[in-house]
Amino acid sequence: MASAFEYAPAPESRAIVDIAPSYGLFIDGEFVEAADGKVFKTVSPSTEEVLSEVAQAGTEDVDRAVRAARKAFEKWSALPGTERAKYLFRIARIIQERSRELAVLETLDNGKPIKETRDGDLPLVAAHFFYYAGWADKLDHAGFGPSPKPLGVAGQVIPWNFPLLMLAWKIAPALATGNTVVLKPAETTPLSALFFADVCRQAGLPKGVVNILPGYGDTGAALVAHPDVNKVAFTGSTAVGKEIARTVAGSRKKLTLELGGKGANIVFDDAPIDQAVEGIVNGIFFNQGQVCCAGSRLLVQESIEEELLESLKRRLSTLRLGDPLDKNTDIGAINSEEQLSRITRLVEQGEAEGAERWSPACELPSSGYWFAPTLFTNVTQAHTVARDEIFGPVLSVLTFRTPDEAVAKANNTPYGLSAGVWTEKGSRILAVANKLRAGVVWSNTFNKFDPTSPFGGYKESGFGREGGRHGLEAYLDV
Amino acid sequence: MSDRLSVFKTYKLYVGGKFPRSESGRVYEVSDSKGNWLANAPLSSRKDARDAVVAARKAFGAWSGATAYNRGQVLYRVAEMLEGRKAQFVHELADAEGLSKSRAAEQVEAAIDRWVWYAGWTDKIAQVVGGGNPVAGPYFNLSSPEPTGVVAVLAPQESSFLGLVSVVAPVIATGNTAVVVASEKSPLPALSLAEVLATSDVPGGVVNVLSGRTAEIATPLAAHQDVNAIDLAGADEVLAKELEIAAADNLKRVLRPQPVDNWLAAPGTDRLTAFLETKTVWHPTGSLGASGSSY
Repeated sequence: MASAFEYAPAPESRAIVDIAPSYGLFIDGEFVEAADGKVFKTVSPSTEEVLSEVAQAGTEDVDRAVRAARKAFEKWSALPGTERAKYLFRIARIIQERSRELAVLETLDNGKPIKETRDGDLPLVAAHFFYYAGWADKLDHAGFGPSPKPLGVAGQVIPWNFPLLMLAWKIAPALATGNTVVLKPAETTPLSALFFADVCRQAGLPKGVVNILPGYGDTGAALVAHPDVNKVAFTGSTAVGKEIARTVAGSRKKLTLELGGKGANIVFDDAPIDQAVEGIVNGIFFNQGQVCCAGSRLLVQESIEEELLESLKRRLSTLRLGDPLDKNTDIGAINSEEQLSRITRLVEQGEAEGAERWSPACELPSSGYWFAPTLFTNVTQAHTVARDEIFGPVLSVLTFRTPDEAVAKANNTPYGLSAGVWTEKGSRILAVANKLRAGVVWSNTFNKFDPTSPFGGYKESGFGREGGRHGLEAYLDV
Repeated sequence: MSDRLSVFKTYKLYVGGKFPRSESGRVYEVSDSKGNWLANAPLSSRKDARDAVVAARKAFGAWSGATAYNRGQVLYRVAEMLEGRKAQFVHELADAEGLSKSRAAEQVEAAIDRWVWYAGWTDKIAQVVGGGNPVAGPYFNLSSPEPTGVVAVLAPQESSFLGLVSVVAPVIATGNTAVVVASEKSPLPALSLAEVLATSDVPGGVVNVLSGRTAEIATPLAAHQDVNAIDLAGADEVLAKELEIAAADNLKRVLRPQPVDNWLAAPGTDRLTAFLETKTVWHPTGSLGASGSSY
């Protein structure tokens, strides 16, 4: 089997990106050291190589950044929308121009395959800025009444799974609507946000409009708690999201949360099997499963379980795991040692609880953080692997007999971010989609994203929508 | 001042991505506001108009089928190209309309920003004018705007550049293709704009530009059975009525001339929606029986 898929290595050159040995915080248009001089290292998860040393923002720095954003807000919000639009169009174009460099950088810092950063993340990042650029001078037409007003300073905290894309989802609508931002990237992936600061410089963006504060959870906590922040936007775990909701309680801060998920991918017996297998693989192994909207629960109609699993296992055996910079690579590295140990623990728990574990023959590199694509069968709804968000390349397979049962099982989770429905019958897709308590339902496809399409969760997957006309609301005083 | 003799540009039509002369071999004299000769512009014939319709129809499939995002990128590219040739257009517009350099620059800058404005509309208009309909029955029901097809555009006579851009950009933003009749008196900025479009990733045939006598070119366009709509911005009252009558023959969508005091003012969405159809798709949603509600 393996020999048929042997490929010569085809690594993307990392010479295109020039990573400095150290980076400061980006406050008021300048790179500065942290007030207390603290720094932390960011490593490449595929090799454990230290990529750079980054300033770590503390409470004092948060205050400085919020003040810079507040000061910049007056002029930025007063700019005619046409002018704000042109800044954002410039940013979109510069990202397009530098997209290969940023893709390589993202792959180095995050560990995800270059195929994904090059063909997925970066085009979406540019498109997101391009899309919201166009809204900046059209807010009167967005359905929120005449001349909707911005909120002020937005404090934004983003995760490590799609560092630059999450930045785009946060910053583009905030700026288009006339807010200024202080953004905290994740501690394991700060670099692309710092490169974005350079994109802002090239675009001539007024200083203080975008401020970037690398740091850990405490930096994010200080940011969302800052009294002069008007808007809090967070993407990350449900536990932290709840903590943030408690922090902003009683304030006038507007809050949007995009949190965890345990998406069900429902495959009916009339689904085209090969197409469904591709969708299942994409649903859970895309970005090593480190995706909040991953299809981590496969709900397959009992009559086709055997056939589907056979195809799925055959397909998984062809996935190539390894050097994320190799253009052939399907599965890259897990983002951090911490995440790897969480995945490992949950998978061991799954086995201990009696679910049946399977992985294709798969050689893991000797350094870096790696986890083989993993499948659990004989899973019940009570199993931890069917309930907890693993955030890794681990798929739990459950079965159902009737559409009602499929819906009941799909909804049997505190989460409600995404779902997939595979069937050739249109009315069944729509009937099932109607009953699913999830913010995004993909039919005969999975993990599709577009700047025009609102994204966000039901229930404990958070609230608010990002993308589309709907995404403006989070940043407007409406 | 150098003694060097300048090279004159031969102004030509823009049809199907190419720059032909009028098939009729005719030209007419174009002069500036003081009556000085500027150029001999092609005097288009009915045959030129029909050729332009053929080119526009041919381009419609791919252009209307392109993603809205892609069309937005292309329109934005027009703005980028225009920004780089600003000086040329300021010069041509100052000559054409007798404007001071600064007034002409204001018009050209507004025209560039107008391309940007409409570039942003390509992937937003659907969410503003379309959407799901809550019909009283088990049906998914979605209305989406679609371009109407080939649109004949009579560009404004007075505002030969900003006015022109303001009527052409919304037509193509949504995926229509256009046959544009330039301002009769001042066709040169329109003919030069064609050179910008040709180098801006706008596919050939999406915009076709004709110069000549508005009434002569507009009459066959208004009667043409393969034209879906007509914008009468550049027609006077008498001509507009005649053309509207002719357009009724195949029920073209007609946008009547509206008095515009100031093309600099921010446009609304009416020039976009004028050339859109609304398509509503129904699909049964089926029923899952008596499944309960879940948290």
